[in-house]
Amino acid sequence: MATEKKSVKAINFNLGKQELDLLTRLCNGVAVSGDEQEVRQIVLEEVKGLADEVTTDALGNVLVTKRGTAPNRLRVMLSGHMDEVGVMVVKDSEDGTYEFRIVGGIDPRQLVGKPVQIGRDHKPGVIGAKAIHMTTPEERKVAIPVEQLRIDLGPGAKVAIGDRGTFATKLAVLGPSLRSKALDDRLGVFNLIQLLKHAPANVDLFLAFTVQEELGLRGAKVAAFSFDPQIGIALDSTPANDLPAFDADEENARYNTHLGAGPAIYLMDGATIGDRRLVNWLSESADAAGIPWQYRQPGTGGTDAGAIHKTRAGVPSVSISVPQRYLHSAAGIVRKQDLINTFKLIHTALSRLDPSILNS
Amino acid sequence: MKTEKTQKNDDLMSLIQTLVETPGPSGQEHRIRETIKEMVTGLADEIRTDALGNLLCRMGSKQANGKRIMVSAHIDEIGLMVIHVDDNGFARFIPVGGINPLTCLGGRVIFMNGARGVIGAERLEPNTMPKLENLFIDTGATSAADCPVKIGDVCGFDRPMLDLGKRISAKSMDDRIAAVIAIMAMRELAALPAAKRGPNEVWFVFSTQEEVGIRGATTAAYGVDPELGFAIDVTLTGDTPRAYKRPMALGKGACIKVRDSSFIADTRVVDWMINEAKSLGIPYQMEVLDAGGTDGRAIQMTRAGVPAGCISLACRYVHSPSEMVDKDDLNACIKLTAGLVSKEVKL
Repeated sequence: MATEKKSVKAINFNLGKQELDLLTRLCNGVAVSGDEQEVRQIVLEEVKGLADEVTTDALGNVLVTKRGTAPNRLRVMLSGHMDEVGVMVVKDSEDGTYEFRIVGGIDPRQLVGKPVQIGRDHKPGVIGAKAIHMTTPEERKVAIPVEQLRIDLGPGAKVAIGDRGTFATKLAVLGPSLRSKALDDRLGVFNLIQLLKHAPANVDLFLAFTVQEELGLRGAKVAAFSFDPQIGIALDSTPANDLPAFDADEENARYNTHLGAGPAIYLMDGATIGDRRLVNWLSESADAAGIPWQYRQPGTGGTDAGAIHKTRAGVPSVSISVPQRYLHSAAGIVRKQDLINTFKLIHTALSRLDPSILNS
Repeated sequence: MKTEKTQKNDDLMSLIQTLVETPGPSGQEHRIRETIKEMVTGLADEIRTDALGNLLCRMGSKQANGKRIMVSAHIDEIGLMVIHVDDNGFARFIPVGGINPLTCLGGRVIFMNGARGVIGAERLEPNTMPKLENLFIDTGATSAADCPVKIGDVCGFDRPMLDLGKRISAKSMDDRIAAVIAIMAMRELAALPAAKRGPNEVWFVFSTQEEVGIRGATTAAYGVDPELGFAIDVTLTGDTPRAYKRPMALGKGACIKVRDSSFIADTRVVDWMINEAKSLGIPYQMEVLDAGGTDGRAIQMTRAGVPAGCISLACRYVHSPSEMVDKDDLNACIKLTAGLVSKEVKL
């Protein structure tokens, strides 16, 4: 998409050992919606000493303020959600197996046969199913309903009703890619932390590490009320449905995003119509710095921007996502370069943000 | 020589035509907002545009016995947004607001950049309903390269207004006809001598993004912080062949909303509206709606809560390119709106 001559120099940013170590801790941490304390702890440690103010609000959002130094600074809220999709234990079958329900959105077909970790001490288990030897061809044609699945922890390993859990995947670097659970939205959390470490001087940053996004943008709603910002930006991750179409002769018209094509800027999703001034500001910033970018195809779904833009008397808002294959499963895939370019885009755009944008 | 009555009708038709034919789907209200802003400049004491693009127009200042009243008419319309242009130049789209695939077939659209197109469909099996993903916009392009639209471009339906004598048909009566009601009520209010305009501070809000979830009115209501408010919108009728059974009908007067599926009107507000209609001799009907929602909900739920209601105009074929309303009902809604806000209110 870049047509404009490079006129802005983007920040020199890469995924070195320190960054990869932080990503690993964030992604391997467990924070199923409603119990985000483990990731919150990592965030609180990382932001220590870097911010002007750090508070944890009533719902568990971490609210970080970092003021710039230039005159005429806009109040910009950026959010990345700490929570992830997962499961909750609802019944103890007294034989080491547990009935459970899904927290957030997971395709039940993604659950079968997956190693999981349950409770705050990450008790290892598996969501099992009958072996192929014991199933009929008819049984194999239908997805097993969640109500019929069990988490098998083995006798003696007790967890309580209400305990949460998630996939037991650990982050791995696969050549140019990262493979992990919960990249949605630890990548957003990661980018917020990086932004604090490389804070532009021309804006006041209001960084919201939010809770309960996967249950309906709940944390962001109250975080935005507290911050009362002039501009809202949600940092998230969105599906890359960029595999070939079912019919190879047919163009894939519903890719959502493509892996490797850069950060995805939102025009419209189910919760927000992106403010066109901000959409253009982001795309022009990317072009000016020679950063690849793509539009996220308009569609359904929602990000924290859906809550932010409706706050108080209204907040012009937009979202940026890192494209990801296999979202909300045990193992998503993102390109390292997309993550790097997403951070570069946010940093570059904020560094050239002028208050006059709100008058246009 | 035109009679005064004919001239008045022509002026009103011209106002309606301008408003219904100006494209402005949700999120793309800049043009219709500027059009309305020009019309109300000189009528309002204060005009401002908020962060979500709502146009907020104040008339009068609150006196000791007055109230701050919000009257909301949404200026967005349903439309389509391009999600992909294929190699042959066909544009795939998603709906902006509630779109029925059946009313798309054979339809024409106009984009905000002026490009026009028609809606075509993939091969459909006999007796099957098309889905929106089976449809596409053909702009006359021969390839993606010469297609005048791209991902993110937005269009509304393209259909001229039709004056049918007693009734009028057009696209986007929902809710441009409410903007007409609000503008006409503002004119009536402005035409009154200052002493007769009442003690209220009235905020006429031309709101955005209603069709995607009552978003504009949510932030507008917070900004206005009203003590009382109502929406103006269209409502569904039950007066066509084999329609759903509904009490509302064209020609029976302004509809006073009791409830819809997102909102129960404050009973004091309902009584206030009924009493005003009775005292002015305005024909009215009660609206009990099994579906839908209006800006009234946003007003009611803002901050610590606000008594709120809704005046509706009965409308056939809502969300089709040929919605239909009745001229007498329209005048009843204008009179009722102007009457309500120009007097001291005691709930």
